[in-house]
Amino acid sequence: MAEPHEHPPLKPKDFASDQAVRWCPGCGDYAVLKTAQQAFAETGRARSEFAVISGIGCSSRFPYYLSTYGFHTIHGRAPSVALGLKVARPELSVWVITGDGDSLSIGGNHTIHALRRNLDINFLLFNNRIYGLTKGQYSPTSELGKVTKSSPMGTVDHPFDPLSLALGAGATFVARSVDVQAKPLKSVLLGAYHHKGTSFVEIYQNCPIFNDDAFAVITDKPVRTERQIELEHGKPLVYGKKQEMALVLDRLRLRAVKRSDVSEAEILVHDTANREQAFLLAQMHWPEFPEPMGVFYQGQRATYEDLLLDQVSQAQKSKKADLTELVYGKNHWTVQ
Amino acid sequence: MQENTESAPSGAAKAELVIRHAVVRFAGDSGDGMQVTGGQFTSTAAYVGNDLATLPDFPAEIRAPAGTLAGVSAFQVNFASEDIYTPGDEPDVLVAMNPAALKLNLADMRSGSTILLNTDAFTRGDLAKAEYQSNPLEDDSLEGYQVVGVAMTSLTRKALQESGVSSKERDRCKNFFALGIAYWMFGRPLEPTADWLRSKFAKRPELAEANILALQAGHNYGFNTELLPVYFRVEAARLPAGVYRNITGNEATVLGLVAAAKNAGRSLVYGGYPITPASDILHELARQRHFDVRTIQCEDEIASVCAAIGASYGGALGCTASSGPGIALKQEAVGLATMVELPLVVINVQRGGPSTGLPTKTEQADLLQALYGRNGECPVPVVAPASAGECFELTYRAVWLATRYMCPVFVLTDGYLANGSEPWRLPDMATLSMAWKTTHAASEQMNGFAPYDRDEVLARPWAVPGTPGLEHRIGGLEKQAISGNVSYDPANHQQMVEIRAAKIDGISQEIPEQEVEGDADAEVLVVGWGSTHGALTAATEHLSESGHRIAHAQIRYLNPLPRNTGDVLRRFKRVFVFELNGGQLVRLLRERFLVDCIPVNKVQGQPFKVVEIEAAIKPHL
Repeated sequence: MAEPHEHPPLKPKDFASDQAVRWCPGCGDYAVLKTAQQAFAETGRARSEFAVISGIGCSSRFPYYLSTYGFHTIHGRAPSVALGLKVARPELSVWVITGDGDSLSIGGNHTIHALRRNLDINFLLFNNRIYGLTKGQYSPTSELGKVTKSSPMGTVDHPFDPLSLALGAGATFVARSVDVQAKPLKSVLLGAYHHKGTSFVEIYQNCPIFNDDAFAVITDKPVRTERQIELEHGKPLVYGKKQEMALVLDRLRLRAVKRSDVSEAEILVHDTANREQAFLLAQMHWPEFPEPMGVFYQGQRATYEDLLLDQVSQAQKSKKADLTELVYGKNHWTVQ
Repeated sequence: MQENTESAPSGAAKAELVIRHAVVRFAGDSGDGMQVTGGQFTSTAAYVGNDLATLPDFPAEIRAPAGTLAGVSAFQVNFASEDIYTPGDEPDVLVAMNPAALKLNLADMRSGSTILLNTDAFTRGDLAKAEYQSNPLEDDSLEGYQVVGVAMTSLTRKALQESGVSSKERDRCKNFFALGIAYWMFGRPLEPTADWLRSKFAKRPELAEANILALQAGHNYGFNTELLPVYFRVEAARLPAGVYRNITGNEATVLGLVAAAKNAGRSLVYGGYPITPASDILHELARQRHFDVRTIQCEDEIASVCAAIGASYGGALGCTASSGPGIALKQEAVGLATMVELPLVVINVQRGGPSTGLPTKTEQADLLQALYGRNGECPVPVVAPASAGECFELTYRAVWLATRYMCPVFVLTDGYLANGSEPWRLPDMATLSMAWKTTHAASEQMNGFAPYDRDEVLARPWAVPGTPGLEHRIGGLEKQAISGNVSYDPANHQQMVEIRAAKIDGISQEIPEQEVEGDADAEVLVVGWGSTHGALTAATEHLSESGHRIAHAQIRYLNPLPRNTGDVLRRFKRVFVFELNGGQLVRLLRERFLVDCIPVNKVQGQPFKVVEIEAAIKPHL
């Protein structure tokens, strides 16, 4: 395995493959791809040490557009393929690229189990709240009552909140970002890269064809500062054009208040190690609250592959791998 | 009293009858420990050098209500001083621990056979639970059998009075009392079982001693009461020279995987999800971490096979095993492995289907599933071991084919092979190693590297993530030949479909030609696959001993078929195809070779009996 810096520093364009990118014009995936290429380059790792695994959906074409190792698998199963790969090759930087249909519907089971195992992988969930590749049916994150081709009278399915799900499943790194907000997105991707354990990153991503402006209400430039709140460890949770709004804790519930109405000491301070607080933040949605962006939670827990490979090396230390002995077993006899 | 187990008692020697083989069936409630009892009887038979074959037969319920017909668990063992191939059609001795066990098994006993009963269990309540209208010990329903009634429960209690174990634990020792009687009947040593008990209950030595006491008490009881007028002896079998061990199919499958991975120099990554009768493969592999075996108990069957594929992508040996319904779930991923051309070994320990079917009973009805149960044109090699021991060889071979040809390979075993045991002549470990091809692409350089380039057997390179210069993308979408880029080009798709098919067909050059056992000039050929081997061999040998001309072909490579299969089939006037399904292989053979093979099918969750095979063929000889 090549060490960082053994090769000339790579540029974002070094991570672009020779394949023509074929997402719809205006698709948010372009922006995420560009930012991911920048983040990959900034890690200093060789291209050969990245493996990008995807399921099925528009976002899952991602690996074809990167000059790393890539595997476009089957619907919902990318976390399982990543599991086997990571157990076989723990030294690789493994990225799972998935959408809201892929990882929360058909692959929901694998998503929660990847999170509880805490494999050292980076799980990027492109959430556009719609099925794009199958042309516009509602997804597990579509808002209740959404009218689509498969729900002409509006959906009757209550949506998932991906970050609450991730926290509940035991994720050790939980973050959110927006496709076109390159700087914070890159910072979150690098945070995920450096985190040891499963990093779950929800990316609000726009589908201009089937669910245009799904997040415009909080991502449009003129309203962004009022409707998003940037999470930074150790910093007070304040937001608004002039940072005039703040979050406070009121009997185990969050409340958005005018900063002038409370004392500075009452304002909640973001603590990425506080899982309970992360749960509260994950459930904040516009218009009741601003939507948090950044790292919600980061904790430490042994990774699945480390625990498994520790057992392998312990076993190898305590017992010789003698094939003849194994095949012969305890009770064998000789016939002359 | 130990000396009694060492030599025949004086006087008793006169009554000793040397027989060539015997079939004993232990039957009782599923809480009675019949599988353990049968397993110990088997180990002792192996210890004294008999050839043997076993048939465990247990209910899907862990504990059906005690004493009911649904709760009966049985274990049959055939042991012999000659070559045998099956667990036997009809038991010579039935050990029945309760009325339900008697009721369910009596139909398999021929008249004159011996039935050893626990009379303590023939109470009114137990008889009612077994749906008996009258007590068979008191009516004439057991006339014609040699019935030996022993108050096993009370005798065991009495023998263990001083043992210091609880009364509940005392009662649970009665299976060893019954085993002791069976050992007396056949002049078997007690020590191997005593040793086993001591190591099994190492943490509770008082329990080990209680069971040993029960075993001895049963043995002494037979001896002292001269329970039967004769006492049998089955000499050691004259097996071909070599080192042997007793092995089940699942154990042999595990050894095949571990040995293949080690000789291939790769980590074994096994993705599994518990399912009867495949779970033991996961259990056994999980104990082999020191061989760099990395087992993952996944959240479901799909995750298991996908993890195996991910591991193979990473250069390890990816493997998964399951049974019918689990395999059905894995099939989409097997299609993926076919498309991305990565090694994968999929073991299907077949059981009765469809759906949940008969989870603990055997069947061979997943052949067409293995061959055709995926979307698109998706050929994969399929192999089927014919005996427990062969599970080693063919699993080993499957790993080799998967890595050499870069494809998924199916291994079809079944519940009967998986749980049944036989003495297995060990392979020569020194010569086992196959020349593993490990040169896949590793040395090829950037400019020349193409992920869908092909070697002389049409295999693509195995370029492993982490290797500088070989970065590439694979996936389920159709790939352009050579470059591996996504391609929807119509002509390219047809070309790729044909290449994938030709690659698998080419394996026929690699595998051995189909052999024919028996009389090569006979007019009648009997064909089978998988676990029917034993019964077909016994039947054809028996028929030819009685002067009939008959030949037998057991097909171990089902896709591709051995290159001479058509020639073999056409050489015979009549071809019978025996299968534990509705007629799956017979369709293939008819379609492929236009030979009018005659199907003989059994779908009862039980293996063929030798007499059933003979009865089917005899009219045509």
